[in-house]
Amino acid sequence: MSAAVVPARRLRGGAWRRFLRDREGMSGLVVLVLFGLVAIFASLLADPAGLEVTKADGPLAAPPSGAYPLGTDHAGRSLLTMVIHGSQVTLLVGLAATVISMVLGTLIGITSGHFSGMLGGGLNRLTEWFLVIPYLPLAIVLATVFPPDVPKLIAVIIVIGVTSWSGTARLVRAQTMAIEARPYLERARALGGGHWHQMTRHVLPNVMPLVLANTTLTVSLAIIAETTLSFLGLGDPLRVSWGRILDEAYSQAAIDRGAWWWILFPGIAVVLVVRAFNMCGRALERILDPRLEGKP
Amino acid sequence: MTGSGGGAGAVTRRPRRTPPAAYVLRKCLAAVLMLVFVVIVNFFLFRVLPGDPAKAFAPRGRNADPEALRELRERLGLNDSWDVAFVKYVKSVFSGDLGVSFSQHAKVTDVIMERFWPTVLLSGTALVIAAMLGVWLGARAGWRQGSRFDRVSSSAAVTFYSMPEWLLGLVLLVFLNRYGIFPTRGMNDPRSTLPAWLDVLWHMVLPVTVLAIVYVAEYSLIMRSSILDERRADYLTTARAKGLRDDLVLRRHALPNALLPSMTLFFLSMGFVVAGAITVETVFSWPGLGRLTYDALRGPDIPLLQGLFLVFSAGVIVMNLVADLLMPVLDPRVRAA
Repeated sequence: MSAAVVPARRLRGGAWRRFLRDREGMSGLVVLVLFGLVAIFASLLADPAGLEVTKADGPLAAPPSGAYPLGTDHAGRSLLTMVIHGSQVTLLVGLAATVISMVLGTLIGITSGHFSGMLGGGLNRLTEWFLVIPYLPLAIVLATVFPPDVPKLIAVIIVIGVTSWSGTARLVRAQTMAIEARPYLERARALGGGHWHQMTRHVLPNVMPLVLANTTLTVSLAIIAETTLSFLGLGDPLRVSWGRILDEAYSQAAIDRGAWWWILFPGIAVVLVVRAFNMCGRALERILDPRLEGKP
Repeated sequence: MTGSGGGAGAVTRRPRRTPPAAYVLRKCLAAVLMLVFVVIVNFFLFRVLPGDPAKAFAPRGRNADPEALRELRERLGLNDSWDVAFVKYVKSVFSGDLGVSFSQHAKVTDVIMERFWPTVLLSGTALVIAAMLGVWLGARAGWRQGSRFDRVSSSAAVTFYSMPEWLLGLVLLVFLNRYGIFPTRGMNDPRSTLPAWLDVLWHMVLPVTVLAIVYVAEYSLIMRSSILDERRADYLTTARAKGLRDDLVLRRHALPNALLPSMTLFFLSMGFVVAGAITVETVFSWPGLGRLTYDALRGPDIPLLQGLFLVFSAGVIVMNLVADLLMPVLDPRVRAA
């Protein structure tokens, strides 16, 4: 049994050391840690009272100045305060949706790879369907019809999680089938190991590194999805997120006012975080996929 | 399923140009099944999830007046039991009737047809430009892997790939708006003195640029990794040993082989293209299906949203089917598999 676990663990240790040497991955990680700290200590960095339209006292839609380094919006709120606090919702939704997506993808991927016949085939069809159906129209429809009693923030998390698991599931299924062909699984079966034992003790530890590499890429997709849904007006109207700031900028005619700071700064925040996740994901992929060995 | 096994056997015996009938049939059947599933999902999502759909979708929420609510119930078929309503719905979908739009007071099919071609024009143009540029950039970057060109273009590609399309559109608009060189809204301008086609072309410049930049980013990354996979292949060493110039080895030998797997991925990224179309059309007020989706969300205009989801899904499913049928014709390796 330990034979199945050890290689995965050894791989993980080596992978971490190689990640530390990977310039692209490390610079991505540094950016992520910085944004993570900003999100955690948001209330210390900027007074949350500055988010309320009624308490804002700045000049209306003013360009960056000493007192308002990133400018202000139509209500006179400091964009710096909004971007700092917006990081909380954007990162929370991105990470929570990714957790849902990963759990669903791993569960469905392993099950459809392990069982042949109706169950595996059916789940595989479902995965293919979700792969083909364009995610944004599906997310829009889901967000529109979501039970109105559920808080909007949770609804958005579930919608993004449910629409983004299929890529992971396909990856995990292929990996599961490759692992199941190996002799130690035959040994486990011969010794009377049940389905549950095979899947959790043998398949799962070997699939995990792949899932982890995939996670970082999924987070970046989830954050793009969050900002896009907020931009289309489907986000939580009561909470500030980067997508929500941009939605407000667009609907309050930031373009006609020429208020470039109102769009540029939240936009830079989105791109920095998404790019950082993508960089980490690409680095992990390079390290964990032996096929890419030797490529920078 | 047994028929497909026989079809695959026929292929290995003697390579043919056209895919075997069983393969075509199987792929078409899978596509039809997916469409049927879309129709089913489309019905149940709107009927089951919101609890009481009439209340959830009424224009004024819980304070809607009872008369309007009664009419909404009638139109959504909430007065029938769900199985009767489902049969009614399936029948009307297959006879091409998607109901009447709440906000436009016209048939959903007519509204969608009217907006269909602008979307095809915009996304199609951007796609063609992006595919050509992406292949060129990705192939050059992958061929000279680690060169300055590769580093700059890959880093730019990852940046644009990390950017939602609409964000790029907004940034471009807010900086270009004050100069007023390119039109920023709509597809044509009634006051324009230009010929109609030139006016449309002029309006297309900005949205197509935005879409093309983001698609190029995606396609060049796909193409680059495809060339990297191909680069050390034996047949390329042979080509070099023959004394072929380096760019000829790339153009005549590596590129055609790397292009094929990329083509599959290009087609698979259609969902990504749809997302781009929806958001970029919104930003530029382009009168296509994307802007229509944004407007339908305001109501929400349920029959229109249902119709749009059906059309977007059907479009992507058909594109995937085309890819599945085209690949064996283009690529002998797929034919043999």
